[in-house]
Amino acid sequence: MADLTPLSAAKQRSLLDTGEVTSVELTQAHLDRITAVDDRVGAFLKVTGERALAQAAAIDKRRAAGESLGPLAGLPVAVKDVLCDEGEIVTCASRMLEHFRAPYDATVIAKLKAADAVLIGRTNMDEFAMGGSTENSAFQPTHNPWDLARSPGGSSGGSAAAVAACEAPLAIGTDTGGSIRQPAALCGVVGMKPTYGRVSRYGLVAFASSLDQVGPFARTVEDVALLYDAIAGHCDRDSTSANLEAKPTAPVVNEPLKGLRVGVVPEHYAEGLDPEVKAAIDAGVERYRDLGAEIVEVHLPHAAHGIATYYVIAPSEASSNLARYDGVHYGHRTDETAMHAELAAERKAAAETGDKAAIKKIDTALVRLYRKSRTEGFGPEVQRRIMLGVYALSEGYADAYYVKALQVRRLIRQDYDQAFEKVDVILGPTTPAPAFKLGELTDDPLSMYLLDLYTVSANLAGLPAISVPCGMSKSGLPIGLQLMAPPLEEERLLRAARMHEDAFGTAPLATL
Amino acid sequence: MAISRAEVERVALLARLDLDDAQLEALTPQLAEIVAYVDSLAAVDTAGVEPMAHAVELHNVLRADEVRPGLSHEAALANAPRKDSVGFKVPAVLDG
Amino acid sequence: MSDYQTIVGLEVHVQLATKSKLFCGCPNRFGADPNTQVCPVCLGLPGSLPVINAEAVRLAVMTGVALDCTIPAYTKWDRKQYFYPDLPKGYQTSQFDLPITEHGALAIACDEQEPRTIRITRAHLEEDAGKSLHDESGAGGDTVIDLNRAGTPLLEIVSEPDLRSAAEAKAYLTELKLILGPEYLGVSDCNMQEGSLRVDANVNLHIDDPKKLGKSIATPIVEIKNLNSFRAVERAIEYEAQRQWRDWQETGRRIGEAPKQTRGWDDNAGKTIPQREKEESADYRYFPCPDLAPVLNPGLEVERVRLAMPELPAALRLRLVTDHGLSAYDADVLVNQGREVVDYFLTVAAESGDAKLAANWVTQHVLRVMNADGKSLEEVGLPPERLAGMIAKLTAGDLPSPRSREVFELMIADDLDTDAAMAKLGIAAVDESELVAICRELLLANPRVVADVEAGKQQAVGALIGQAKKRNPNADPGRVREICLELIAKGV
Ligand SMILES: [Zn+2]
Repeated sequence: MADLTPLSAAKQRSLLDTGEVTSVELTQAHLDRITAVDDRVGAFLKVTGERALAQAAAIDKRRAAGESLGPLAGLPVAVKDVLCDEGEIVTCASRMLEHFRAPYDATVIAKLKAADAVLIGRTNMDEFAMGGSTENSAFQPTHNPWDLARSPGGSSGGSAAAVAACEAPLAIGTDTGGSIRQPAALCGVVGMKPTYGRVSRYGLVAFASSLDQVGPFARTVEDVALLYDAIAGHCDRDSTSANLEAKPTAPVVNEPLKGLRVGVVPEHYAEGLDPEVKAAIDAGVERYRDLGAEIVEVHLPHAAHGIATYYVIAPSEASSNLARYDGVHYGHRTDETAMHAELAAERKAAAETGDKAAIKKIDTALVRLYRKSRTEGFGPEVQRRIMLGVYALSEGYADAYYVKALQVRRLIRQDYDQAFEKVDVILGPTTPAPAFKLGELTDDPLSMYLLDLYTVSANLAGLPAISVPCGMSKSGLPIGLQLMAPPLEEERLLRAARMHEDAFGTAPLATL
Repeated sequence: MAISRAEVERVALLARLDLDDAQLEALTPQLAEIVAYVDSLAAVDTAGVEPMAHAVELHNVLRADEVRPGLSHEAALANAPRKDSVGFKVPAVLDG
Repeated sequence: MSDYQTIVGLEVHVQLATKSKLFCGCPNRFGADPNTQVCPVCLGLPGSLPVINAEAVRLAVMTGVALDCTIPAYTKWDRKQYFYPDLPKGYQTSQFDLPITEHGALAIACDEQEPRTIRITRAHLEEDAGKSLHDESGAGGDTVIDLNRAGTPLLEIVSEPDLRSAAEAKAYLTELKLILGPEYLGVSDCNMQEGSLRVDANVNLHIDDPKKLGKSIATPIVEIKNLNSFRAVERAIEYEAQRQWRDWQETGRRIGEAPKQTRGWDDNAGKTIPQREKEESADYRYFPCPDLAPVLNPGLEVERVRLAMPELPAALRLRLVTDHGLSAYDADVLVNQGREVVDYFLTVAAESGDAKLAANWVTQHVLRVMNADGKSLEEVGLPPERLAGMIAKLTAGDLPSPRSREVFELMIADDLDTDAAMAKLGIAAVDESELVAICRELLLANPRVVADVEAGKQQAVGALIGQAKKRNPNADPGRVREICLELIAKGV
């Protein structure tokens, strides 16, 4: 049999439907591919092969019995290790949750199971989704399938790399400031962040609650639509879920949009935009022009403040969301015997000096338990963001940072509202440059943050956005084109993206 | 606004992190650089702009007052780092 | 020596009587085995999200209306952040700057004084924390955490510092508990033992300034915690006022010169003791909870709530006094017993046609039976119609008043109506002409009594009353006395 893994999910699904391939065969093919390449790529934190084969066998049995099956029946799906899956370890790539076993299903996981997906494994990520390189994983880096010395991007780098390396046709990621779109661009796959509220966050381990959104990865726009349809919809356990029917997009995704108005933003061509990326984006604009779309210049005057706004709001929320990891109810706890000994030694030393202020300053056992557990459990980037967030919300600073950022956020949203009065979608680069080298930016957090320039605004404004391949650099690295649409217009976004894909084609497959 | 090492120490205590000298030395300039960058927001005219705390501004999302099944005692305590048959154990809260 | 005034403000936490918790579907019930009423949400597990219980919002609005508060058009949820083992998320979901209801008032009456209005600053919704089970041995052993209570809906009702004594604080709490408890609104069971009503008191003194006439000096505010009964609240405030007075005399410290102190009430020792000061100053870093949507116009329901709202104690007292002619005291006794007793009284009053007598019988006799036997009104087993029938017979003179108590007791004991009880006791109304005949006979047989009365010794008639009762046991002593005096005046 020809290699199944490079095929699109839609093609794989049709082979299953015609009976040419069984789900078990398809799952095994992907497990074999993982065995062959993942020691080099490092996309997976855990491969749930046994469970996947059991799910696949059950689906084959039901298919043979003529039962009606879900839309993802028998298709392998890789899931970012940040969504709760009952009975499975959910690490968020953190020492803190290394042994945490989720006692419940995230709504997205429940929907994937209901759609008869085969959950093939848990993918690597930046710890608690904080980062843009997947190097902040406590367990392993993930390598870009196009150049193993480079980062796949992040934080959903494992999911993007898994799809790019044909270890899974479909993968789930999460996007708080670009964490789906940026790795999709750097790995040459399609990744979409839906409108905030379209996909339930229940069971998604929170990073920044008002920005987080779950979304799909695949190698084609049609496959992204298929996976998006399976996970979208209202959820009564998520108060921020849009109480609207999410109409299936897959049936219409191949229909081109007539009279499409594509917005281009001069502010996107800021300094620091790689010339090769700029050329690829310009070529993308021309493709739309050739397809009959109207190209309209729009302005986003507050776009330049996106990063500053984001790096106040996201850490603020994160500092609060991550307060629950205190070593009391679950997660990592420091060695208590050693901790008590350490405190006793400090008290003794302070008593000898007779410095009463110093004695008073020594933590109680409980406070020390918190501090040591959290410092041991969290990696440096998570600690950095918690510190930033606590600072931005602390007395005397909250108005200057947190409240101010919320105001600028509204201005950014208003820019988009005005722009979308003139255009249907906004086009631009996903990232300022193609994939960077692993380790290149680890000691320079601000430079790393600045790479999110083009992606954070969609999160701040709650808009749907997608990254599709639009070219390759001379050194053979993929380049991504980002499209944004008004809230709840995923169908428009996907159809517009599909038009580009039709003209450009999907990215070639990485050779491994 | 420059951020001092003392301030970083204060924030670390509030955040319940236990940073040693080397970590504090490394973190202070990094935070200072990032804070200096986000200080650029001060230049944005936001007079009269309502803060936007939610990406989608929904209202009145309420549920009916109904009991739903929860977790068993065993499941609730399954991930506890230290526990007894009653609950989660921590060092004495009333300490010293 | 200068004089001082005690200034008290109260923070009352009331647990709302919902079926489920504030943000999850776990039962809101006291007394279950530890950590058995929990779910991913109230355990604060990664990925879990809160959803607001509509009933908690309704009960808060109802309380706001009852306490004359405004219900703002917009209310939101904020996170109050601090680390504590009984707080599994590391923050408490509460309301910071935009509470669900604010600017209210509660009238209290205290020690026969004119009623006073105590302003209510605000009442906001928040989730309760779990419980820390401390090692009681004193050996500093581990603390065990039970999260059953985590996420229970609380309404924190904050008063202005308008209370001027321990007695007023008690009166405020008594009235608040009466309104919110099962007797009237039923928004909470207000059970202090089970912690569904908790009180913190902020106390300081305003001392007459010896140097500036008409000016006063405020002492530093002390927050007293661990107040487990109304009695404890009273004692703690009294103790604290005296302690602050002594402290003022010793140190002269004014408000602002010392940080706000928290002291715990030790009920056994009868004193407040300073709670351990934290090295770190609190910084709760409040910010709007991104997981919860604000509530717009919770007050749209206000009119509906108002219509569905039972008559509140203050209005009821007023009605009993103005419409039924009761004394303020009787009205208070009835209303404080709860709506059921008031309704009972209203039926007795209407059926008997004598509200004052009805009030006497209910407050003195019915309540006595209830209290003595710890019975509910229903368990007493005296339907209001029966009591009304008895009162009607009394006022008509068909039941001699000295025997009414016997009839009342028998009606209850044997489940009888008035007629049956009177028949069983052999009580019949005495015909007036028969009574006159008896008196005439007795006067004729006792000329000495007649002479004494004529000499001005009216009490001499008393000697005849016992004899009259021998002739007819139902003879009313008062009536016998009156008839005898009339007959003597007329010359027998
Ligand atoms: Zn719960």
